[in-house]
Amino acid sequence: MTELRGMELEAEFAVVGKELGLAYKEGFWVIKRLSFSIKKGSVFAILGPNGCGKTTLLKIILDLLQPQVGSIHKRGEMALVPQLFQVSFAFSALEMVVMGRAKKIGLFSQPGLKDRRLALEALERLNIADLAARPFPELSGGQRQLVMLARALVAEADILVLDEPASSLDFKNQALVLQWMKRLSRENGLTVVCTTHQPQHALAAADEALLMTGEEGGLVGRADEILSEANLKRLYGVDIKRLSFEHLGRVEEALTPVYLKLS
Amino acid sequence: MTLKFASQESEPVARNAWLSPFLFVTLIVLGVLSLLIGRYEISPREVFQILWSSFYKFEAFDDDNQWIVVQVLRLPRILLAVLSGAGLAVAGAALQGIFRNPLVGPEILGVSAGASFGGVLAMSLGLVSPAGLAPLAFMFGCGAITLAITLSWLAGQSSTIGLVLAGVIVGGLFSSLTGLVTYSADAESKLPSIVYWLMGSFARATYGQVAFAAVVALIAIPPLFALSWRINLLSLGELDARALGLKTKKLRLAIVALASLLVASQVAVSGGIGWVGLVIPHLARMLVGPDHVRLLPVSALLGGIYLLLIDDLSRSLSETEIPIGLLTSLVGGPVFAIFFVRLRNRGWNND
Repeated sequence: MTELRGMELEAEFAVVGKELGLAYKEGFWVIKRLSFSIKKGSVFAILGPNGCGKTTLLKIILDLLQPQVGSIHKRGEMALVPQLFQVSFAFSALEMVVMGRAKKIGLFSQPGLKDRRLALEALERLNIADLAARPFPELSGGQRQLVMLARALVAEADILVLDEPASSLDFKNQALVLQWMKRLSRENGLTVVCTTHQPQHALAAADEALLMTGEEGGLVGRADEILSEANLKRLYGVDIKRLSFEHLGRVEEALTPVYLKLS
Repeated sequence: MTLKFASQESEPVARNAWLSPFLFVTLIVLGVLSLLIGRYEISPREVFQILWSSFYKFEAFDDDNQWIVVQVLRLPRILLAVLSGAGLAVAGAALQGIFRNPLVGPEILGVSAGASFGGVLAMSLGLVSPAGLAPLAFMFGCGAITLAITLSWLAGQSSTIGLVLAGVIVGGLFSSLTGLVTYSADAESKLPSIVYWLMGSFARATYGQVAFAAVVALIAIPPLFALSWRINLLSLGELDARALGLKTKKLRLAIVALASLLVASQVAVSGGIGWVGLVIPHLARMLVGPDHVRLLPVSALLGGIYLLLIDDLSRSLSETEIPIGLLTSLVGGPVFAIFFVRLRNRGWNND
């Protein structure tokens, strides 16, 4: 994969995928003829049912998998915020954040004072400096997610890639993480790419969205336009309602699935 | 948990920063004290005189029993016990890190089984001297890990679990070969020494073995220390480590190879000694936390101290020497059981 500085990747885009195709087994395309462009400094959400290739696409964006067909161009460094995960050893939150400096630290070197200072600053940026010395496994899901976000910040990357950042969090922490995704794009100019199982998260936080419908190309466009009832029905195979309502003097929108009732 | 803050502004201060210097001094003091232990009584004053004289007197004086006891019998076995313990503990700590599992020991890769087979084979061929069996044991130890790596590669499983499975297969193969050779060994002349060697001992330590173990330690331990922070990253798991820019396959292989050198050399010089590489890193982790940058050096020091103490026990508990491997498993098994229960309670997870 190449990182282009010239004509092919227009300056306004951080990631451009063209006609991507990838099959783990011959003839079984996980991703087929997928094209999308992610604007610099925007929040981009990737949606789709289980097994549709969301994680595969993230790996392609991260350079961890090569597509067999098509091309992907990127401008800038990437940092991953993995799906809420367990660590085998009880590193402190600060030690976890320092690990984000990996690309800046030589193979046989160890993090220095500067790296720890940057890590502490990142924790402060996210208002969780008080967690620095706490063991990572003892933190709540929301706290862990913010620590991992801080870890992505110290990588000094231009593009943050988040795998299901808000999926297993309670409502308050969902709101917190979504808000930080937006703030980091608006205030720090970072490009934020995330996968999600919740269309209402994409509607709330994303500028643009890609719906991996399993058909060639999928659907891509502005989040508020592409996340229509018809498109989501096509994507998930269940009825999803998009509701408008007034809240604190503003018109808000929400997406909610209509669950089948027994009887 | 390893960090605390003196104030909001200052740098984080590592917990127990005094620990490594303290353990180092302890190791030296215990090493000197261990020279006093044994059948032949020597006063501390005489021991110091002999040690001091060795700095300017190089020729041996054969008629001096005290000199022989200290310099020929006790000093090499003390040095060998410390080198073996340090090597096993560092290997264990590094492997637990990259396998993301605090419950594995260096035995898991089949290196010990391979080296044991090499040693037993040498003895059955009549190479019973320490210098005679060490090369074969070391070669088979290195051969075993090469075989395990090749096997995992042939199976297309260069992942962690692939390597562990291959190690278990190779280890099982060499264990049965060891059994075969032991079974067919001459019961009068060879079997006793084979059985004794398999249980581990420093009783026949020579300066040649010390030099061999020291050279391997110098080759393997500094690079492992240098890579120790990368072991933290590898412990996060394959996808995350790769996203952090690590060449995980190469790095994992390098660490496995370096750890295997340490294990193979230990078996080559002192036979089968289990549990050290499993238990000592745990103890170290309790003292300094999971950061491998601090864990590896502290493991090395604790491992050296531990095998030194065990060796002191082995030569002073009873009339005859007790094999080291017996003592390490007698101590290690119950201690590890306690760790195991504690870990379960803490909800250790290895997803």
